[in-house]
Amino acid sequence: MEGIEGHAGRFTVTLREHPRFVDINKCIACGVCAEKCPRKVEDAFNEGLNKRKAAYVQYPQAVPLKYAIDADHCIYFEKGKCRACEKFCPAGAIDFNQNERIFTIEVGSVVLALGARHLDPSAIEEYGYSTFPNVITGMQMERILSATGPYQGRLVRPSDGQPPKKIAWIQCVGSRSTGATAHEYCSGVCCMYAIKEAVIAKEHAGRDLDAAIFFMDMRTHGKEFERYYRRAESELGVRFIRSRVHSVESSAPGSDSLKVRYADDTGAEAEEIFDLVVLSNGLETSNEVRELADRLGVAVDENGFVKTACLSPLETSRKGIFVCGSVANPADIPQAVMEASAASSAAARLLAKARGSQVREKEYPAEKPIDPAEIRVGVFVCHCGINISSVVDVTEVRDYAKTLPGVVYSTDNLFSCSQDTQQTIRDAVTEHRLNRVVVAACTPRTHEPLFQETIREAGLNPYLLEFANIRDQDAWVHQGCPEEATVKAKDLVRMAVSKVTFSEPVERLQITMHKSALVVGGGVAGMTAALGLAEQGFPVHLIERNGNLGGNARNIRATWKGEDVRSYVEELSKRVIAHPDINVLLNARIESVSGFVGNFLSRVRKGGRSEEISHGVAIISSGGGFYKPEEYLYGQHERVTCWHELEDLFEKEPERLQRAEAVVLIQCVGSRDEDRPYCSRLCCTASLQQAVTLKTRKPDLEVYVLYRDLRSYGLREELYRKARELGVIFFRYTPENKPAVSAYEGTRGKLNVTVQDHVLNIPISLDVDYVNLFSAILPQTDNDLPHLFKVPTNTDGFFLEAHAKLRPVDFSTEGVFVCGLAHYPKPIEESIAQAEAASSRAAGLLARGTIEVEPVVSVIDQERCVGCGFCEASCPFGAVKLVAVAGKGFRAENIPALCKGCGICAAGCPQKAIDIYHFRDNQILASVQAGGETTREAKASSRPSPAARVTFVSGYLMRRDCMYHVGHTWIERMKGGRLRIGVDDFAGKILGPVDRLNLPPRGEVLRQDRKGWSFLRASRRAPFLSPVTGKVFDINLDAVSHPENVLKDPYGDGWLLVVEPKGSEAELKHLLYGEAGFRWMEEENRKLLELLGPEYERLAASGGGAVEDVFGIRPEIGWETLVKTFLRTEV
Amino acid sequence: MNDEFQPRIIAFLCNWCAYAGADLAGVSRIQYPPTIRVVRILCSGRVDPLYVVKGLQSGFDGVLVSG
Repeated sequence: MEGIEGHAGRFTVTLREHPRFVDINKCIACGVCAEKCPRKVEDAFNEGLNKRKAAYVQYPQAVPLKYAIDADHCIYFEKGKCRACEKFCPAGAIDFNQNERIFTIEVGSVVLALGARHLDPSAIEEYGYSTFPNVITGMQMERILSATGPYQGRLVRPSDGQPPKKIAWIQCVGSRSTGATAHEYCSGVCCMYAIKEAVIAKEHAGRDLDAAIFFMDMRTHGKEFERYYRRAESELGVRFIRSRVHSVESSAPGSDSLKVRYADDTGAEAEEIFDLVVLSNGLETSNEVRELADRLGVAVDENGFVKTACLSPLETSRKGIFVCGSVANPADIPQAVMEASAASSAAARLLAKARGSQVREKEYPAEKPIDPAEIRVGVFVCHCGINISSVVDVTEVRDYAKTLPGVVYSTDNLFSCSQDTQQTIRDAVTEHRLNRVVVAACTPRTHEPLFQETIREAGLNPYLLEFANIRDQDAWVHQGCPEEATVKAKDLVRMAVSKVTFSEPVERLQITMHKSALVVGGGVAGMTAALGLAEQGFPVHLIERNGNLGGNARNIRATWKGEDVRSYVEELSKRVIAHPDINVLLNARIESVSGFVGNFLSRVRKGGRSEEISHGVAIISSGGGFYKPEEYLYGQHERVTCWHELEDLFEKEPERLQRAEAVVLIQCVGSRDEDRPYCSRLCCTASLQQAVTLKTRKPDLEVYVLYRDLRSYGLREELYRKARELGVIFFRYTPENKPAVSAYEGTRGKLNVTVQDHVLNIPISLDVDYVNLFSAILPQTDNDLPHLFKVPTNTDGFFLEAHAKLRPVDFSTEGVFVCGLAHYPKPIEESIAQAEAASSRAAGLLARGTIEVEPVVSVIDQERCVGCGFCEASCPFGAVKLVAVAGKGFRAENIPALCKGCGICAAGCPQKAIDIYHFRDNQILASVQAGGETTREAKASSRPSPAARVTFVSGYLMRRDCMYHVGHTWIERMKGGRLRIGVDDFAGKILGPVDRLNLPPRGEVLRQDRKGWSFLRASRRAPFLSPVTGKVFDINLDAVSHPENVLKDPYGDGWLLVVEPKGSEAELKHLLYGEAGFRWMEEENRKLLELLGPEYERLAASGGGAVEDVFGIRPEIGWETLVKTFLRTEV
Repeated sequence: MNDEFQPRIIAFLCNWCAYAGADLAGVSRIQYPPTIRVVRILCSGRVDPLYVVKGLQSGFDGVLVSG
């Protein structure tokens, strides 16, 4: 950005585009240019830990994924020859004639999202960054741990490629320090990234890795951060060493390891040796950003951050230019993402009139018709870097997928979600005429929409996609058993393929948007959100349960930068009330909420009346409060106060301050403890602010701050420095050694506070006039909002956003957003920014006339429906109702826009008249059936194999594990003691094809050696003796209808009866088993051969098989003879 | 070879809670036996008794419905 002219609403911006020497319209990102390029260059993206080529792509997930030529290092640009890339590029995309381009664009507002860079720690000589290869920066560690990093995700150290056993992180490198090489502010993000790196390092290297973090104050003030810190310490064993490191040295001559020398908590000298040292280097503004700010006429502070005010956190000094992220203040991801939405809201307000004037609708190709008879499934298996492939054998899964019915194509990808793979998928759909797609990758909860979009762009209905979750629910949770994890991955792919086989196109569902918003809560966040929307032209209903607007901010005197909050709140309330598009409802509460995004209907009670409000979106800004302490004599002694109460007291009775000699401020009262294991984020800054104010107003007042970790994050560190300069005294206490407050005389006099000094390790006794407590910030829980809006809260009671980092103000319920203290404790500047963000997200929906909703809804077959009404009664969303149908009574009908696809109606329908699109019964059942396949196989193989179970005796099949009765029947003992009975191979072969089985009915009692049943062959009867005494429990009806089974598979499908044995155990001793059975069979064969005559005896001697259908080929032997001789019965 | 009985389980998990919980177990790297197969549904109320029977019939030793 070279320059800017004009004014807010009408800027002309001059841009300079550098040539990349690659035509991005032609580049197919095949990587041949990089492969052939002979020049190696330090890879800046991997922080110089490895080399890339001069023809390169900045990082594997770059968008767009297009290569570029690094002109500063290209041999052609240096020496005038080479052009290897141009020669080998298959797409003819290399263009050395590209020139830099200077052009202008017209815009109404500008957002600066320039970010910050990491401070170069080389100048801090005592840490040896430029001397020792194994001293690295936090960002280098980040790259080492990454699958796309210099060592492909293996945790090794740079000097010798060996895995480190001990790693140290040194915090506040270049931050919270003085001197020319450092910054005084806190970089805000390093504590959390160091813990994260330590945790991930342990995941990579195993629990035995020793990870130690050297820190001053642990600043885990973000939502859920404190829990992460606790878990890293107590569960994963990361060591946290409160200290100041003064130098890093070589551990011994010739060794690559390092000695970290530090002063510990008590000021004592200590040292420890580590294999790798990570410097948590801070954030800073680059010179380029300073220069750009200068060109744009935007003011920066003394640290180079773009100047903003707490009460207008997105505005720069130049109207129409906004900021977000670390360019204005060190910010972590949730903060930066939230501010980005906020800045877009601020920018959009200026452009409200021009909204939509340059929009082009995204067009999709027409959906290809699907022939239900032709199933062509494509399977895409993802490595996810090494996230999946380090555990699951991805190529095996890919090859396995090819063998599945319906699968015509299968491949694997390093990152399935990358832009180039998306193209690969689209191309494969066309090339292989795929009509269904399975992606085996991460979780459908985050990535299904992306791939649905991808196949939609390839002309397939998005519901022809199925996911197999082989990362979150496989590779990540079975890290110790790669073989089983691979089996599971194959199972999951097979289940997905089975399900997708039954998938059908589902039509899109569009609903109209009611262009107004409901904002719940009239504090600063709610008012800011309401104004944000109203100023973009959207009507807002603002509900406040109290009699006035302003909420908690009414108790705040000033921001940490000193701006007057009370007059701001006054001004803001006036603007809100005066705005024609804002309907303010005071003393009002919500009674009920129904409907869905675009069409909510809420009932609001105000006074004695209740009214219905239609709205398209809702923003929850219900605020919070503070914990009323039960400790430290609060509520028992008039000089023990909380938060702003001390200032109120001094304001009301100024002589109290004049007479006071000492004041103690206590932090973390009810925060970061068992009951509320979270950090209340804003108390440290607020107490510093109060300490500074008191000290400024009365310099001889002694002010003590008792804290656990001083968390004046980001630029707020300035207040900490100022407080110390003014002589505020700080004592750190631990939760095991909390301060004690006692009263001297009654409940009005002076107080005594004792606290353990962490340096001297002795108790210090302080006589003070006032004790002010900074107690935990609590969510507002005396309302029914989570239930009314069906949105979740976390365990602490704060509302739970859809994604902590990527969707910080959205709920997973569409059209409902959150901001302010309802989300998490935060200072006013962050509440304002978050409210802007929520209004930005809400405006994104309101700006559209219609929106698409998930069409996965119920589908009712009215022909099957009998109008019982069970579905209507059981639907939690009111999405099914009974309608009168002429001549038929009532029939169920669904309301798709209300339906969430839960399927309760379908599961309960006695007629099976209801199904759910995309989760149809047949799809789920197919998936279950497929899921059980390996299990069924495993069970089958755990039984003796058929080959081991059977043997041939004289050419007749016999089961080794059966008992035999001399009447040519077999008996198998089943689990539970029942007996399965059939006739043996021999009997089948002598009788030949029988056409009827006369089996006894269930319940009949058979007796051993008496007639049990008979076979018939063309009305010739062959009775069999029952081998045991017992009651018929089951008969094989399949065999009755298919008598041929008895011959084909006498020991399997051809079984006859299951009998409850009634006889004595001794009965079974009459049966033949094992060798005895085989000898008997040999004897029976000899008898048969005698009957058959010499011709067949020769056959037997030559090893020929048994004779099939003896009666058929030698009827002259006689049916009666055969039956009598072998079955031992009379015809 | 461990001969101890390892039940094979089919799980019907609600997309909005239990399935998300199973994902969270992954993100948190909580390790558990690899003998469970998950079917994602939009609500545990979707589970027709038929699914349970089908699960057992298909060879699984146990059925988990969570939501």
